[in-house]
Amino acid sequence: MSYSPGSSAVMTRASGSQPCADVSRPLPAEQLPKISVRNLQFYYGARQVLYDVNLDIQEKRITALIGPSGCGKSTFLRTLNRMYETVRHARLEGQILLGGQDILTQDVTQLRRRVGMVFQKSNPFPKTVFENVAYGLRISGLGGWGRRSRMIEEVVEQSLRRAALWDEVKDHLHKSAYMLSGGQQQRLCIARALAVDPEVLLLDEPCSALDPISTAKIEELLFSLRDSCTLVIVTHNMQQAARVADDTGFFLLGRLIEFSPTRIMFRTPAKKETEDYITGRFG
Amino acid sequence: MKERRWRRRVINVVMLSLTGACALVSVSVLVLILGYLFWHGGRYLNWAFLTQLPKPVGEPGGGMANAIVGSGRLLLVASLTGVPVGFMGGVYLSEFGGRTVPFLVRYAADLLNGVPSIIMGIFAYTVVVIPMHHFSALAGGLALGAMLIPIVVRSTEEFLRAVPQPLREGALALGASQWKTVATVVVPTAFQGIATGILLSLARVAGETAPLLFTSFNNRFWSSGWDQPVASLPVMIYTYAISPYDDWHRQAWAAGLILLLLVLVANVGARLILSRRAAVRG
Repeated sequence: MSYSPGSSAVMTRASGSQPCADVSRPLPAEQLPKISVRNLQFYYGARQVLYDVNLDIQEKRITALIGPSGCGKSTFLRTLNRMYETVRHARLEGQILLGGQDILTQDVTQLRRRVGMVFQKSNPFPKTVFENVAYGLRISGLGGWGRRSRMIEEVVEQSLRRAALWDEVKDHLHKSAYMLSGGQQQRLCIARALAVDPEVLLLDEPCSALDPISTAKIEELLFSLRDSCTLVIVTHNMQQAARVADDTGFFLLGRLIEFSPTRIMFRTPAKKETEDYITGRFG
Repeated sequence: MKERRWRRRVINVVMLSLTGACALVSVSVLVLILGYLFWHGGRYLNWAFLTQLPKPVGEPGGGMANAIVGSGRLLLVASLTGVPVGFMGGVYLSEFGGRTVPFLVRYAADLLNGVPSIIMGIFAYTVVVIPMHHFSALAGGLALGAMLIPIVVRSTEEFLRAVPQPLREGALALGASQWKTVATVVVPTAFQGIATGILLSLARVAGETAPLLFTSFNNRFWSSGWDQPVASLPVMIYTYAISPYDDWHRQAWAAGLILLLLVLVANVGARLILSRRAAVRG
């Protein structure tokens, strides 16, 4: 069984609290999904944490994954760039296709350049703002002086602009990244991920440690990135999913219960479990 | 009830004064040593002591310039051999090891750390001095280097472990390989701590006498090469202190003071490096 978001003529919003949700996109008619997950089973040692997950993530849309703590949504996110491999005894069965290619047979370094990641807690390196953003380029061997250095400067500026951080840090590029506020640090981490121009950006509860104003800035940023990038965001904040996501998947106890366009999921959920969760009966 | 309260009060007062007195004793030992050394050593410390060679027996004056330089040379050999091995070992333990091997290595390092320093001397004697047929700076440096290894391994490991896991994940998620993550993010993050650990371990082995007695031996002149016996401050102190000459005793005090000052400088330097790091991190 595979869930695929169907199109709908209803353009009303789910939460009705934020104006930006109006831009929720109609589905492209016949397009190959950016990411296809087929029969995904995932284990930590003997413990199975994901059961038979199937879903298609469409290109240049924002996909939110919601569900109670421990439901496997973060684990699922970490399969998409194979970050689970840093955990001992983690094991994956099934297939994940990125643009039609199996990610398990790809070089993991290449894969992670195509699929960037932003973490729950901002994790800038103890380097300058500039060097944080330049890091991805430098480890790809694009260091050095002269023309290449000019190129890095351009990419850094462009990435900081894309992350809506340039105006705030342009005079502090060579100061420690720890001088920035929490919200700025998180946007710096987004800029750092954008610098290598990923096709997909995974965000693992990127706003959970931020205040509402910083959260709003990051959400605006997600909208502006949607044109150039496929975004997958894990959140335990349902309002956030309703505000930002085109499609939403609901995980419960390691299973993908429902996956559909956000406005459908929040207005007319197909499954009883989804409805219970959304209406706050548990979780 | 009243009696019980009274008992509690007495026990409280007794314990408080007992622990307080012990704390006072432990601090006063250090103060006594420092004061005594400054009192005796300070009087005989002069420019000649720092710049001249020892005078022949019976002739007053002279200095220990060769021993000061010799200690420096021994420490250089020790750091060139012990620090890279210890550093790499620490990186392995913290970053690359599985479960069984690091456990064994860590255990071995702790055992090695507890090995009496004179055993290290015997080790270097067997491995270097016997094949070369004479004492040398190399042998002494290697003995000290062997002592450095377990200390540097463990301190490097501790500081690397303190690097938050999300930093590693951040680098890995950008496509960095594991060794690149370690080289460009983890080690630079912990660098100041690691440097402090190395500085402190050098200060510790700088005062070791036993491993040098039958490896670098002693020398009353400038050492002519790395494969020749060399003077060092701890061995000089030992030799001069057990001699029957008053002038030598005075020089031994001065040498002790120099050694202590070096260790003090290393400790203060290490503190400064660490506190600056704390300031940068905010």
